[in-house]
Amino acid sequence: MSPHPLRNKAIIAGVGESEIGKVPHMTGLGLNAQAARRALDDAGIAMDEVDGLLTAYSLSEPYPMLGSVLAEYLGLRPRYGASIITGGATPAVMLSHAAQAVATGQAEVVLVTAGENRATGLSRDRAVQALSAFGHPYFEDPYGPHIPGFYAMIARRYMHDYGVAREDLARVSVQTRAHACRHPNAHMRVPITIEDVLRSKPIAEPLNLLDCCLISDAAGAFVVTSAERAGDLKAKPAYLLGAGEMHTHEHILAAPSLIEFGAKQSAEQAYRMAGLGPGDVDFAELYDCFSVVPIIEAEEVGLAAPGEGAALWRDGRAALEGTLPINTHGGMLSHAHAGAAGGLFGIVEAVRQLRGAEGERQVKRHEVALVHNEGGILSSHATVILGNQPV
Amino acid sequence: MQRCAACGRLRFPPGYLCRECHGADSDWVEVSGRGTIASFTVMHRAPTPAYAARAPYVLALVDLQEGPRMMANVIGEDALQAAIGDPVEVVFEARGEDGFKLPQFRRAAR
Repeated sequence: MSPHPLRNKAIIAGVGESEIGKVPHMTGLGLNAQAARRALDDAGIAMDEVDGLLTAYSLSEPYPMLGSVLAEYLGLRPRYGASIITGGATPAVMLSHAAQAVATGQAEVVLVTAGENRATGLSRDRAVQALSAFGHPYFEDPYGPHIPGFYAMIARRYMHDYGVAREDLARVSVQTRAHACRHPNAHMRVPITIEDVLRSKPIAEPLNLLDCCLISDAAGAFVVTSAERAGDLKAKPAYLLGAGEMHTHEHILAAPSLIEFGAKQSAEQAYRMAGLGPGDVDFAELYDCFSVVPIIEAEEVGLAAPGEGAALWRDGRAALEGTLPINTHGGMLSHAHAGAAGGLFGIVEAVRQLRGAEGERQVKRHEVALVHNEGGILSSHATVILGNQPV
Repeated sequence: MQRCAACGRLRFPPGYLCRECHGADSDWVEVSGRGTIASFTVMHRAPTPAYAARAPYVLALVDLQEGPRMMANVIGEDALQAAIGDPVEVVFEARGEDGFKLPQFRRAAR
Protein backbone atom coordinates (compact mmCIF):
# COMPACT_ATOMS: atom_id res chain seq x y z
CA MET A 1 0.00 0.00 0.00
CA SER A 2 1.45 3.37 -0.97
CA PRO A 3 1.82 6.00 1.76
CA HIS A 4 -1.04 8.40 2.32
CA PRO A 5 -0.62 11.37 -0.07
CA LEU A 6 -0.83 13.91 2.76
CA ARG A 7 1.63 12.25 5.16
CA ASN A 8 4.69 14.46 5.88
CA LYS A 9 3.52 17.07 3.34
CA ALA A 10 2.54 19.90 5.69
CA ILE A 11 4.15 21.42 8.76
CA ILE A 12 3.04 23.66 11.55
CA ALA A 13 5.62 26.41 11.30
CA GLY A 14 4.53 28.57 14.22
CA VAL A 15 2.11 28.70 17.12
CA GLY A 16 0.73 31.47 19.30
CA GLU A 17 -1.56 32.15 22.22
CA SER A 18 -3.30 35.40 23.09
CA GLU A 19 -3.49 36.74 26.60
CA ILE A 20 -5.65 34.25 28.50
CA GLY A 21 -8.08 34.57 31.38
CA LYS A 22 -10.21 37.65 31.87
CA VAL A 23 -9.07 40.09 29.20
CA PRO A 24 -11.80 42.73 29.20
CA HIS A 25 -9.70 45.27 27.28
CA MET A 26 -9.70 43.10 24.14
CA THR A 27 -12.38 41.97 21.71
CA GLY A 28 -12.57 38.44 20.41
CA LEU A 29 -11.23 39.60 17.06
CA GLY A 30 -8.40 41.33 18.87
CA LEU A 31 -7.50 38.14 20.74
CA ASN A 32 -7.42 36.25 17.42
CA ALA A 33 -5.20 38.92 15.90
CA GLN A 34 -2.83 38.81 18.87
CA ALA A 35 -2.56 35.01 18.67
CA ALA A 36 -2.06 35.25 14.89
CA ARG A 37 0.66 37.87 15.23
CA ARG A 38 2.46 35.73 17.81
CA ALA A 39 2.16 32.55 15.69
CA LEU A 40 3.60 34.29 12.62
CA ASP A 41 6.42 35.82 14.69
CA ASP A 42 7.13 32.37 16.10
CA ALA A 43 7.40 30.99 12.56
CA GLY A 44 9.38 33.92 11.24
CA ILE A 45 6.81 34.40 8.49
CA ALA A 46 5.51 37.84 7.57
CA MET A 47 1.79 38.60 7.67
CA ASP A 48 1.82 39.48 3.97
CA GLU A 49 2.97 35.96 3.12
CA VAL A 50 -0.34 34.59 4.42
CA ASP A 51 -2.58 33.62 1.52
CA GLY A 52 -4.93 31.26 3.35
CA LEU A 53 -7.07 31.91 6.42
CA LEU A 54 -9.18 29.42 8.32
CA THR A 55 -11.13 30.22 11.43
CA ALA A 56 -14.02 28.80 13.40
CA TYR A 57 -16.95 30.57 15.06
CA SER A 58 -17.69 32.81 18.03
CA LEU A 59 -20.64 32.76 20.40
CA SER A 60 -19.72 36.11 21.92
CA GLU A 61 -19.19 37.85 18.56
CA PRO A 62 -21.52 35.81 16.35
CA TYR A 63 -20.63 37.18 12.91
CA PRO A 64 -22.28 35.03 10.23
CA MET A 65 -19.11 35.39 8.08
CA LEU A 66 -16.43 35.27 10.77
CA GLY A 67 -13.68 34.21 8.34
CA SER A 68 -14.27 37.22 6.13
CA VAL A 69 -14.58 39.53 9.12
CA LEU A 70 -11.31 38.27 10.55
CA ALA A 71 -9.54 38.65 7.19
CA GLU A 72 -10.80 42.22 7.05
CA TYR A 73 -9.66 42.86 10.64
CA LEU A 74 -6.20 41.42 9.95
CA GLY A 75 -5.83 43.27 6.66
CA LEU A 76 -5.58 40.03 4.72
CA ARG A 77 -6.98 39.15 1.30
CA PRO A 78 -6.60 35.37 1.29
CA ARG A 79 -7.09 33.29 -1.84
CA TYR A 80 -8.13 30.37 0.36
CA GLY A 81 -10.51 30.96 3.27
CA ALA A 82 -13.42 29.64 5.31
CA SER A 83 -15.04 29.44 8.69
CA ILE A 84 -15.35 25.84 9.76
CA ILE A 85 -17.89 24.78 12.36
CA THR A 86 -17.58 21.33 13.85
CA GLY A 87 -17.66 22.56 17.43
CA GLY A 88 -14.64 21.65 19.50
CA ALA A 89 -13.39 19.40 16.69
CA THR A 90 -12.85 22.43 14.47
CA PRO A 91 -9.12 23.11 15.10
CA ALA A 92 -7.96 19.62 14.11
CA VAL A 93 -10.35 19.71 11.15
CA MET A 94 -8.87 23.10 10.16
CA LEU A 95 -5.35 21.67 10.39
CA SER A 96 -6.35 18.89 8.05
CA HIS A 97 -7.92 21.34 5.58
CA ALA A 98 -4.90 23.66 5.78
CA ALA A 99 -2.58 20.73 5.07
CA GLN A 100 -4.67 19.76 2.05
CA ALA A 101 -4.51 23.35 0.81
CA VAL A 102 -0.72 23.67 1.06
CA ALA A 103 -0.17 20.18 -0.34
CA THR A 104 -2.27 20.93 -3.42
CA GLY A 105 -1.01 24.47 -3.98
CA GLN A 106 -4.29 26.17 -3.13
CA ALA A 107 -2.33 28.24 -0.62
CA GLU A 108 1.28 28.64 0.43
CA VAL A 109 0.81 29.80 4.01
CA VAL A 110 -2.43 29.12 5.87
CA LEU A 111 -3.10 30.97 9.10
CA VAL A 112 -5.49 29.11 11.41
CA THR A 113 -7.03 30.90 14.39
CA ALA A 114 -9.84 30.36 16.86
CA GLY A 115 -11.02 31.93 20.06
CA GLU A 116 -13.30 34.48 21.59
CA ASN A 117 -13.83 36.71 24.60
CA ARG A 118 -16.19 34.23 26.21
CA ALA A 119 -15.39 35.20 29.81
CA THR A 120 -15.98 38.93 29.61
CA GLY A 121 -17.79 39.36 26.27
CA LEU A 122 -20.82 37.43 27.55
CA SER A 123 -22.50 37.55 30.92
CA ARG A 124 -22.44 34.22 32.76
CA ASP A 125 -26.17 33.76 32.18
CA ARG A 126 -25.85 34.62 28.50
CA ALA A 127 -22.94 32.23 28.15
CA VAL A 128 -24.95 29.44 29.76
CA GLN A 129 -27.90 30.33 27.52
CA ALA A 130 -25.77 30.39 24.36
CA LEU A 131 -24.31 27.00 25.23
CA SER A 132 -27.80 25.65 25.84
CA ALA A 133 -28.49 26.23 22.14
CA PHE A 134 -26.58 23.03 21.42
CA GLY A 135 -29.61 20.97 22.49
CA HIS A 136 -32.28 19.84 20.06
CA PRO A 137 -34.77 22.73 19.97
CA TYR A 138 -37.88 20.52 20.14
CA PHE A 139 -36.85 17.22 21.68
CA GLU A 140 -34.14 18.21 24.18
CA ASP A 141 -34.38 21.89 25.12
CA PRO A 142 -37.88 21.72 26.66
CA TYR A 143 -36.40 19.49 29.39
CA GLY A 144 -33.96 22.10 30.69
CA PRO A 145 -30.63 20.54 29.69
CA HIS A 146 -27.26 22.14 29.17
CA ILE A 147 -23.93 20.86 27.91
CA PRO A 148 -22.64 19.75 31.34
CA GLY A 149 -25.95 17.89 31.75
CA PHE A 150 -25.46 16.01 28.50
CA TYR A 151 -21.92 15.04 29.46
CA ALA A 152 -23.09 14.14 32.96
CA MET A 153 -25.34 11.48 31.43
CA ILE A 154 -22.35 10.11 29.51
CA ALA A 155 -20.25 10.16 32.70
CA ARG A 156 -22.98 8.38 34.65
CA ARG A 157 -23.36 5.64 32.07
CA TYR A 158 -19.58 5.22 31.74
CA MET A 159 -19.17 4.88 35.52
CA HIS A 160 -22.12 2.47 35.66
CA ASP A 161 -20.91 0.17 32.87
CA TYR A 162 -17.25 0.06 33.90
CA GLY A 163 -17.50 0.47 37.66
CA VAL A 164 -15.39 3.63 37.58
CA ALA A 165 -15.22 5.66 40.80
CA ARG A 166 -16.16 9.30 41.19
CA GLU A 167 -12.61 9.99 42.43
CA ASP A 168 -11.23 8.70 39.13
CA LEU A 169 -12.92 11.59 37.34
CA ALA A 170 -11.75 14.11 39.93
CA ARG A 171 -8.17 12.90 39.59
CA VAL A 172 -8.14 14.07 35.95
CA SER A 173 -8.99 17.62 37.03
CA VAL A 174 -6.34 17.53 39.74
CA GLN A 175 -3.55 16.25 37.47
CA THR A 176 -4.48 18.63 34.68
CA ARG A 177 -4.34 21.57 37.10
CA ALA A 178 -0.88 20.47 38.22
CA HIS A 179 0.24 20.78 34.60
CA ALA A 180 -1.35 24.22 34.24
CA CYS A 181 0.63 25.34 37.29
CA ARG A 182 3.77 24.92 35.16
CA HIS A 183 2.37 26.90 32.20
CA PRO A 184 3.11 30.63 32.30
CA ASN A 185 -0.05 31.57 30.36
CA ALA A 186 -2.60 29.18 31.91
CA HIS A 187 -5.87 30.62 33.19
CA MET A 188 -5.89 28.63 36.47
CA ARG A 189 -2.62 28.05 38.30
CA VAL A 190 -3.61 27.25 41.88
CA PRO A 191 -3.20 23.55 42.74
CA ILE A 192 -6.36 21.60 43.64
CA THR A 193 -7.04 18.31 45.40
CA ILE A 194 -9.53 15.52 44.86
CA GLU A 195 -11.38 16.85 47.92
CA ASP A 196 -11.62 20.27 46.26
CA VAL A 197 -13.21 18.71 43.19
CA LEU A 198 -15.65 16.60 45.20
CA ARG A 199 -16.64 19.60 47.32
CA SER A 200 -16.99 22.07 44.45
CA LYS A 201 -20.45 23.23 43.45
CA PRO A 202 -22.61 20.45 41.94
CA ILE A 203 -23.57 21.26 38.34
CA ALA A 204 -25.12 18.08 36.97
CA GLU A 205 -24.45 14.87 38.88
CA PRO A 206 -21.87 13.38 38.89
CA LEU A 207 -20.10 16.50 37.56
CA ASN A 208 -19.14 19.35 39.86
CA LEU A 209 -17.77 22.73 38.89
CA LEU A 210 -14.14 21.53 38.97
CA ASP A 211 -15.02 18.69 36.57
CA CYS A 212 -16.02 21.32 34.01
CA CYS A 213 -13.79 23.28 31.65
CA LEU A 214 -13.17 26.97 32.14
CA ILE A 215 -14.82 29.90 30.45
CA SER A 216 -11.95 32.10 29.29
CA ASP A 217 -11.09 34.98 27.06
CA ALA A 218 -8.56 33.34 24.81
CA ALA A 219 -7.47 32.74 21.23
CA GLY A 220 -4.89 30.49 19.67
CA ALA A 221 -3.32 30.34 16.25
CA PHE A 222 -0.98 28.23 14.17
CA VAL A 223 0.64 28.61 10.77
CA VAL A 224 0.60 25.77 8.24
CA THR A 225 2.90 25.63 5.25
CA SER A 226 4.54 23.09 2.98
CA ALA A 227 7.13 20.71 4.45
CA GLU A 228 9.46 21.91 1.69
CA ARG A 229 9.94 25.09 3.76
CA ALA A 230 10.89 23.17 6.93
CA GLY A 231 14.56 24.13 6.68
CA ASP A 232 14.22 27.89 6.39
CA LEU A 233 11.96 28.74 9.32
CA LYS A 234 12.72 30.38 12.64
CA ALA A 235 11.23 27.59 14.78
CA LYS A 236 11.47 23.81 14.63
CA PRO A 237 8.58 22.57 12.51
CA ALA A 238 5.99 19.97 13.53
CA TYR A 239 5.06 17.57 10.75
CA LEU A 240 1.49 16.48 10.17
CA LEU A 241 1.86 12.71 10.08
CA GLY A 242 -1.76 11.65 10.33
CA ALA A 243 -5.27 13.04 10.44
CA GLY A 244 -8.72 11.51 10.73
CA GLU A 245 -12.30 12.51 11.44
CA MET A 246 -15.60 10.92 12.35
CA HIS A 247 -18.94 12.66 12.71
CA THR A 248 -21.66 10.45 14.17
CA HIS A 249 -24.41 12.79 15.42
CA GLU A 250 -24.93 16.17 17.01
CA HIS A 251 -27.64 15.71 19.64
CA ILE A 252 -27.03 13.19 22.37
CA LEU A 253 -30.49 11.67 21.87
CA ALA A 254 -29.29 10.61 18.40
CA ALA A 255 -25.87 9.31 19.50
CA PRO A 256 -25.36 5.76 18.18
CA SER A 257 -24.15 4.74 21.65
CA LEU A 258 -23.63 6.29 25.08
CA ILE A 259 -20.37 4.42 25.64
CA GLU A 260 -18.78 4.18 22.19
CA PHE A 261 -18.08 7.31 20.17
CA GLY A 262 -16.40 8.33 16.93
CA ALA A 263 -12.95 9.00 18.42
CA LYS A 264 -12.04 5.38 17.69
CA GLN A 265 -12.60 5.59 13.93
CA SER A 266 -11.15 9.09 13.81
CA ALA A 267 -7.93 7.93 15.48
CA GLU A 268 -7.76 4.76 13.37
CA GLN A 269 -7.69 6.88 10.23
CA ALA A 270 -5.00 9.13 11.68
CA TYR A 271 -2.84 6.14 12.65
CA ARG A 272 -3.32 4.60 9.21
CA MET A 273 -2.31 7.82 7.46
CA ALA A 274 0.78 8.12 9.68
CA GLY A 275 1.68 4.45 9.47
CA LEU A 276 1.89 4.48 13.26
CA GLY A 277 -0.05 2.97 16.17
CA PRO A 278 -0.93 3.90 19.74
CA GLY A 279 2.36 2.44 20.98
CA ASP A 280 4.26 5.10 19.02
CA VAL A 281 2.56 8.00 20.81
CA ASP A 282 4.88 9.78 23.26
CA PHE A 283 2.30 12.17 24.72
CA ALA A 284 -1.28 13.20 24.01
CA GLU A 285 -3.45 16.30 24.15
CA LEU A 286 -7.03 15.07 24.58
CA TYR A 287 -10.11 17.28 24.51
CA ASP A 288 -11.15 17.74 28.13
CA CYS A 289 -14.32 19.79 28.27
CA PHE A 290 -15.26 17.60 31.26
CA SER A 291 -13.12 15.38 33.47
CA VAL A 292 -14.64 12.15 32.14
CA VAL A 293 -13.98 12.99 28.48
CA PRO A 294 -10.20 12.44 28.24
CA ILE A 295 -10.66 9.11 30.04
CA ILE A 296 -13.10 7.95 27.36
CA GLU A 297 -10.98 9.39 24.56
CA ALA A 298 -7.78 7.76 25.83
CA GLU A 299 -9.57 4.44 25.49
CA GLU A 300 -11.04 5.19 22.09
CA VAL A 301 -7.76 6.36 20.56
CA GLY A 302 -6.11 3.17 21.79
CA LEU A 303 -4.00 4.51 24.66
CA ALA A 304 -5.92 2.36 27.18
CA ALA A 305 -8.21 -0.66 27.08
CA PRO A 306 -11.99 -0.07 27.36
CA GLY A 307 -12.85 0.79 30.95
CA GLU A 308 -9.15 1.20 31.85
CA GLY A 309 -8.61 4.85 30.88
CA ALA A 310 -8.78 6.21 34.42
CA ALA A 311 -5.77 4.08 35.38
CA LEU A 312 -3.56 6.39 33.27
CA TRP A 313 -4.20 9.11 35.83
CA ARG A 314 -4.47 6.82 38.88
CA ASP A 315 -1.01 5.32 38.43
CA GLY A 316 0.70 8.52 37.28
CA ARG A 317 1.29 7.63 33.62
CA ALA A 318 -0.62 10.75 32.46
CA ALA A 319 1.55 13.09 34.55
CA LEU A 320 4.28 15.22 32.94
CA GLU A 321 6.88 12.85 34.43
CA GLY A 322 4.87 9.76 33.48
CA THR A 323 5.27 7.43 30.53
CA LEU A 324 2.32 8.91 28.62
CA PRO A 325 1.83 12.56 29.62
CA ILE A 326 -1.66 13.85 28.82
CA ASN A 327 -2.81 17.46 28.56
CA THR A 328 0.59 18.83 29.37
CA HIS A 329 -0.50 22.48 29.21
CA GLY A 330 -3.41 22.08 31.58
CA GLY A 331 -6.11 21.40 29.03
CA MET A 332 -9.44 23.13 28.87
CA LEU A 333 -9.98 22.24 32.52
CA SER A 334 -7.18 24.59 33.63
CA HIS A 335 -5.29 26.26 30.76
CA ALA A 336 -8.14 27.85 28.77
CA HIS A 337 -11.42 27.25 27.08
CA ALA A 338 -12.94 29.76 24.71
CA GLY A 339 -15.00 28.10 22.00
CA ALA A 340 -12.92 26.42 19.35
CA ALA A 341 -9.71 27.74 20.92
CA GLY A 342 -9.91 25.00 23.58
CA GLY A 343 -8.85 22.22 21.26
CA LEU A 344 -6.53 24.50 19.31
CA PHE A 345 -4.38 24.95 22.42
CA GLY A 346 -3.85 21.19 22.39
CA ILE A 347 -2.27 21.58 18.96
CA VAL A 348 -0.22 24.60 20.11
CA GLU A 349 1.04 22.64 23.11
CA ALA A 350 1.85 19.55 21.05
CA VAL A 351 3.99 21.64 18.71
CA ARG A 352 5.83 23.25 21.62
CA GLN A 353 6.47 19.93 23.35
CA LEU A 354 7.71 18.40 20.09
CA ARG A 355 10.31 21.16 19.86
CA GLY A 356 11.58 20.07 23.26
CA ALA A 357 12.16 23.42 24.95
CA GLU A 358 9.34 23.77 27.48
CA GLY A 359 11.59 23.79 30.54
CA GLU A 360 9.92 22.50 33.72
CA ARG A 361 6.88 21.45 31.64
CA GLN A 362 8.87 19.57 29.00
CA VAL A 363 8.01 15.89 28.56
CA LYS A 364 10.91 13.46 28.23
CA ARG A 365 9.93 11.67 25.04
CA HIS A 366 8.70 14.11 22.40
CA GLU A 367 8.90 12.63 18.93
CA VAL A 368 5.23 11.80 18.29
CA ALA A 369 2.17 13.57 19.67
CA LEU A 370 -1.50 12.69 19.32
CA VAL A 371 -4.09 15.47 19.58
CA HIS A 372 -7.76 14.67 19.73
CA ASN A 373 -10.47 17.32 19.37
CA GLU A 374 -14.17 16.66 19.71
CA GLY A 375 -17.23 18.81 19.29
CA GLY A 376 -20.84 18.73 20.37
CA ILE A 377 -21.64 15.87 22.73
CA LEU A 378 -18.79 13.59 21.65
CA SER A 379 -20.40 14.12 18.24
CA SER A 380 -17.69 15.34 15.86
CA HIS A 381 -14.20 13.95 16.21
CA ALA A 382 -10.88 14.91 14.68
CA THR A 383 -7.51 13.37 15.51
CA VAL A 384 -4.11 14.55 14.36
CA ILE A 385 -0.73 12.93 14.84
CA LEU A 386 2.23 15.28 14.80
CA GLY A 387 5.93 14.51 14.75
CA ASN A 388 9.18 16.43 15.21
CA GLN A 389 10.39 14.78 12.01
CA PRO A 390 8.80 13.08 9.00
CA VAL A 391 7.96 9.36 9.23
CA MET B 1 -44.25 7.98 16.45
CA GLN B 2 -43.29 8.21 12.84
CA ARG B 3 -42.57 4.82 11.23
CA CYS B 4 -40.59 4.27 8.03
CA ALA B 5 -42.81 2.73 5.37
CA ALA B 6 -39.80 1.09 3.71
CA CYS B 7 -37.96 -0.60 6.59
CA GLY B 8 -40.46 -0.30 9.45
CA ARG B 9 -38.07 1.40 11.86
CA LEU B 10 -39.44 4.11 14.10
CA ARG B 11 -38.05 7.54 13.25
CA PHE B 12 -37.25 9.85 16.18
CA PRO B 13 -36.88 12.76 16.04
CA PRO B 14 -39.32 12.78 13.12
CA GLY B 15 -37.98 13.91 9.77
CA TYR B 16 -38.21 13.78 6.00
CA LEU B 17 -36.31 10.55 5.57
CA CYS B 18 -35.31 7.43 7.45
CA ARG B 19 -31.82 7.71 8.97
CA GLU B 20 -31.29 3.97 8.50
CA CYS B 21 -32.61 3.13 5.02
CA HIS B 22 -33.13 6.70 3.74
CA GLY B 23 -36.63 5.98 2.50
CA ALA B 24 -38.93 9.01 2.57
CA ASP B 25 -42.37 7.45 3.09
CA SER B 26 -43.79 7.03 6.54
CA ASP B 27 -46.88 6.60 8.64
CA TRP B 28 -47.62 7.18 12.34
CA VAL B 29 -48.11 4.52 15.01
CA GLU B 30 -48.94 4.59 18.69
CA VAL B 31 -46.21 3.38 21.04
CA SER B 32 -46.50 1.94 24.56
CA GLY B 33 -45.02 4.91 26.42
CA ARG B 34 -42.91 2.44 28.40
CA GLY B 35 -39.18 2.29 28.51
CA THR B 36 -36.07 2.18 30.66
CA ILE B 37 -33.59 4.81 31.78
CA ALA B 38 -30.44 4.59 29.63
CA SER B 39 -28.77 7.32 31.67
CA PHE B 40 -29.68 10.37 33.70
CA THR B 41 -28.34 13.28 35.69
CA VAL B 42 -29.64 15.36 38.54
CA MET B 43 -29.46 18.93 37.31
CA HIS B 44 -28.38 21.37 40.01
CA ARG B 45 -27.43 24.33 37.81
CA ALA B 46 -30.32 25.15 35.45
CA PRO B 47 -29.63 26.51 31.96
CA THR B 48 -31.94 29.50 32.32
CA PRO B 49 -33.79 31.22 35.15
CA ALA B 50 -37.02 29.58 33.94
CA TYR B 51 -35.71 26.15 34.95
CA ALA B 52 -33.97 27.25 38.15
CA ALA B 53 -37.15 26.90 40.21
CA ARG B 54 -37.35 23.21 39.25
CA ALA B 55 -33.78 22.37 40.34
CA PRO B 56 -32.71 19.85 41.38
CA TYR B 57 -34.47 17.96 38.59
CA VAL B 58 -33.78 14.74 36.73
CA LEU B 59 -32.76 14.86 33.08
CA ALA B 60 -32.80 11.44 31.46
CA LEU B 61 -32.40 9.50 28.26
CA VAL B 62 -35.18 6.91 28.00
CA ASP B 63 -35.06 3.90 25.70
CA LEU B 64 -38.61 3.12 24.62
CA GLN B 65 -39.61 -0.53 24.44
CA GLU B 66 -40.12 -0.02 20.71
CA GLY B 67 -36.53 1.20 20.24
CA PRO B 68 -36.21 4.98 19.95
CA ARG B 69 -34.32 6.95 22.58
CA MET B 70 -35.98 10.10 23.96
CA MET B 71 -34.86 12.83 26.29
CA ALA B 72 -37.21 13.79 29.11
CA ASN B 73 -37.36 14.65 32.75
CA VAL B 74 -38.14 11.92 35.22
CA ILE B 75 -40.84 13.52 37.35
CA GLY B 76 -42.81 12.46 40.39
CA GLU B 77 -42.08 12.29 44.11
CA ASP B 78 -39.45 9.56 43.76
CA ALA B 79 -37.74 11.06 40.71
CA LEU B 80 -34.49 11.74 42.58
CA GLN B 81 -34.17 8.00 43.29
CA ALA B 82 -33.86 7.32 39.54
CA ALA B 83 -31.25 4.77 38.45
CA ILE B 84 -29.96 3.41 35.16
CA GLY B 85 -32.19 0.54 34.03
CA ASP B 86 -35.25 1.74 35.92
CA PRO B 87 -38.53 1.09 34.08
CA VAL B 88 -40.45 4.30 33.36
CA GLU B 89 -43.77 5.22 31.80
CA VAL B 90 -44.88 8.31 29.97
CA VAL B 91 -46.96 11.06 31.54
CA PHE B 92 -48.01 14.23 29.78
CA GLU B 93 -47.14 17.47 31.52
CA ALA B 94 -49.10 20.62 30.71
CA ARG B 95 -46.87 23.51 29.66
CA GLY B 96 -47.94 27.06 28.92
CA GLU B 97 -51.40 28.53 28.40
CA ASP B 98 -52.40 26.97 25.10
CA GLY B 99 -52.91 23.37 26.18
CA PHE B 100 -49.51 22.10 25.02
CA LYS B 101 -48.50 18.83 26.65
CA LEU B 102 -44.94 17.63 26.97
CA PRO B 103 -44.15 13.92 27.20
CA GLN B 104 -42.36 13.20 30.48
CA PHE B 105 -41.61 9.97 32.35
CA ARG B 106 -42.17 8.70 35.87
CA ARG B 107 -40.68 5.65 37.50
CA ALA B 108 -42.85 2.54 37.04
CA ALA B 109 -43.05 -0.71 38.96
CA ARG B 110 -40.45 -3.27 37.89
